[in-house]
Amino acid sequence: MTGNDATGKAGAAGAAAKPRRRRARAAGRASAGRVVALHAGVIALLFALQFVLPAYHHGVLARIMVLAVFAMGYNLLFGYAGLLSLGHAMFFSAGLYGAGLSVYHLGWSVPAGFAAGVLAGLVLSALIGVLALRTTGVAFMIVTMMFAQVFYLTTLYFNVWTGGDQGIVLPQPSRVVTAFGSTFDLTDPTTRYLAALALFSLVLVATLALVRSPHGRVLVAIRENEQRTTMLGYDTFANKLAAVVASGAACAAAGAAYALLFGYVGSTFASVQYSILPLLWVLLGGAATTLGPLLGTLFMYYLIDISNDLLSAWVPDWNFSSIGVVGVALILLILFFPRGLLGTIRERWLPWLP
Amino acid sequence: MAFGPHLLLAALEGLVTSAVLALMALGLSLVFGVMRVVNVAHGEFYMLGAVVAWWVSSLVSGHPALGFLAALVISPLVVGAVALAAERLVLRRLNYNPEATIVATIGLLYILQQLALTFYGPDARPVAAPFSYRVVFPWFGYSGYKLAVIGASVVLLLVTWFVLMRTRLGLVMRATQYDRETAQAFAIPVDRVYAGVFALGAMLAAIAAVLIVPISQAHYLMGLDPLLLSFIVVIIGGLGSLRGTLVAAVLIGLSDGIISAFFQPTLAKMIATLLVALVLVFRPTGLFGTAAR
Amino acid sequence: MAAVTPLLETRLLSRSFGGLRAVDAVDFSLESGEVRAIIGPNGAGKTTFVSLVCGRIAPTSGAIRFAGEDITTLPAHRRVRRGIAYTFQITSVYANLTAFDNVALAVQRRLLDTTGERPSPRALSTATMAALDRLGLADRADTIAGTLAYGHQRLLEVAMGLALKPRLLILDEPTQGLSDGEIDNFIGLVRDMARDSTVLLIEHNMPVVMALAGRITVFDAGRILAEGTPEAIRADRAVQEAYLGAAS
Repeated sequence: MTGNDATGKAGAAGAAAKPRRRRARAAGRASAGRVVALHAGVIALLFALQFVLPAYHHGVLARIMVLAVFAMGYNLLFGYAGLLSLGHAMFFSAGLYGAGLSVYHLGWSVPAGFAAGVLAGLVLSALIGVLALRTTGVAFMIVTMMFAQVFYLTTLYFNVWTGGDQGIVLPQPSRVVTAFGSTFDLTDPTTRYLAALALFSLVLVATLALVRSPHGRVLVAIRENEQRTTMLGYDTFANKLAAVVASGAACAAAGAAYALLFGYVGSTFASVQYSILPLLWVLLGGAATTLGPLLGTLFMYYLIDISNDLLSAWVPDWNFSSIGVVGVALILLILFFPRGLLGTIRERWLPWLP
Repeated sequence: MAFGPHLLLAALEGLVTSAVLALMALGLSLVFGVMRVVNVAHGEFYMLGAVVAWWVSSLVSGHPALGFLAALVISPLVVGAVALAAERLVLRRLNYNPEATIVATIGLLYILQQLALTFYGPDARPVAAPFSYRVVFPWFGYSGYKLAVIGASVVLLLVTWFVLMRTRLGLVMRATQYDRETAQAFAIPVDRVYAGVFALGAMLAAIAAVLIVPISQAHYLMGLDPLLLSFIVVIIGGLGSLRGTLVAAVLIGLSDGIISAFFQPTLAKMIATLLVALVLVFRPTGLFGTAAR
Repeated sequence: MAAVTPLLETRLLSRSFGGLRAVDAVDFSLESGEVRAIIGPNGAGKTTFVSLVCGRIAPTSGAIRFAGEDITTLPAHRRVRRGIAYTFQITSVYANLTAFDNVALAVQRRLLDTTGERPSPRALSTATMAALDRLGLADRADTIAGTLAYGHQRLLEVAMGLALKPRLLILDEPTQGLSDGEIDNFIGLVRDMARDSTVLLIEHNMPVVMALAGRITVFDAGRILAEGTPEAIRADRAVQEAYLGAAS
């Protein structure tokens, strides 16, 4: 339907209009040490920051780490496999509701709830993948958006259980974990921060391992030239489906963690806005970079935060909300910065960045 | 009310929706057909058309028809100018890359929506209908204006069809749709055709909005539902097929009117959206579309 | 005793596009170890025919057997894994990836299939560099493929096909756009390849065909017009009229 499949795929990588000429990458063969050191350093830095950050920013960073997991999951599909989905809110909220509802209504423990959330994401993404991957390009974007819309309407329709727009607040006692002979209260800021960091580190390391593995190379190959990849003997459909499921599971893990750590479950997270946000974060940080999603989420969160403060200080009677800032950022990024922060840095200075 | 008259009422309401939807979806379909891009901000052009219509009619005193007529002229022009600016400043620089265009028009959607919220406010505001004649059926009275909307839409669609099929302008557009490179080789200013088509698409949405504001008020979030419905219409009708778009608009408008009269609206929307998504999955050229080029 | 099974065999293989019969009831057979050239005027159905063989397009009717098994309905990627490699007529390397990554994609497929497990980075790197070296591209391993000279991109394309260690290597106009010196190199390369693989070659350049092919199949209007040794084909009247004559 898009007419030219191959160019559609290549264009999707950074949604970039201009031809992309990445400089010679001394292809992950000599640079393994540097790469591991960089990622370990980022995780260590995030661990250390909890001791110096003021309470407000401490809380914000915990939230950003969870949302960055969402972005990393999105990046797996969009950045590496070159599939632009406009429906990832459904995977995030599958995790959110899977965890939240099983804890709230069924009285499940936190680990069981988390597992339920991830499982919900796995099942949903496998189903959506099988259907949506029959299409390509623009049709894929619209189909994923529509399935997500159905999911959103479903959360509204069953508002007896989901609380609809109002949502549900998970009470404090249901968010306490007893394990290894001690209790962890997820409403406690330090525990929450460490739990968010643990999930973030896990997904970051898993992403890094994946993109440096032969499987990651195949995903990039599909993005760059699907036909050629088929003629090298790869089942591109199966590989794309695996990418959708891995991406969906990571996003669902983020959603489940969000529900359990911040104690709120609501249909806003299933709305189309939450399908657009991970795209924005990944574009800003740099598609197909392992650390881009974190950077993008961090920058965008503070950009919205600060611009909200400034707008309400300068023009208090305006209603122009953060969503408008998102809109401006999207257009400026796609026009002038289609490869994002880390994508540009990799192109100009650090070709070994994964 | 008995079932029969109730159904007639629902069908009439559905036809009004169809009339507006056809204009709006036609705009979306033209842009997709000629430029091969999906304009996600199309619903916001519709919203902008309604807001400008309210603003114009609030400036004109005297008989409501005066304000309405002024809005019918000014609103599409304003919206067309905004679309033209967006096309020149953003879309052209992206070289109409389909994916990049979707991202950019999502940005445009948010900007227009929030600007409307800022300068127009969160309230829904009405525009007076140009006349308030009621058509009396044996079972109920019905707004004459609503019937006029259906008529106006039919006339506008015929005009658009005539322009596309019988004028040089339409020929140029169809040639560009058929093959961009060849059109360029025949000295068709493809660049200007694109700008014109994008503006025309937005103006059709604005006209649809002006027609609808006397019935449902102007509100900064009013663009979202029609956007989704127009997507549905364009997909069911076959992306880029004008005749299919019109048939689908009538079909979707009627079923929307009838379903929402008898069923819970959220459930109806859920099922409809799911069905359309499945149509796109299993019949990507739409129910009426010919094979995509 | 039955005759030796041919490596590749097609029976009444046909493909139409709309009303046009691009490939029309072709019976074709290729012995293991052959170097076979397919020649014919433009539009004779040569590329369509090999696309049917490698599974890029589905036949309208007819059957394809490879190494004695029916592969007519097998998807393209499964045929590649059974040993049919195809190099594209229009150079189709991964323009944004390095030459190393291009070939590594082919190598890791083969290692995965032969050992049944994920290759170690070292094994992958060694085998990839060996494949690049064989075509003289080792010193360009870290160059982005899209920035290579055209001749080198064609060689890279062949390197990817070779790295699969196929039983049947299909080369679609491999010398198109190469210089005379590069063509001489290429002839040596194909002779080298022919020691391990059966080669099916679509080629317009007659000196290349005469130098390489053991047998030649001539296509015209979707059908096989003639088949035989280079000498026999050169002497064939019908071929001269349809093709050689038209070319002079």
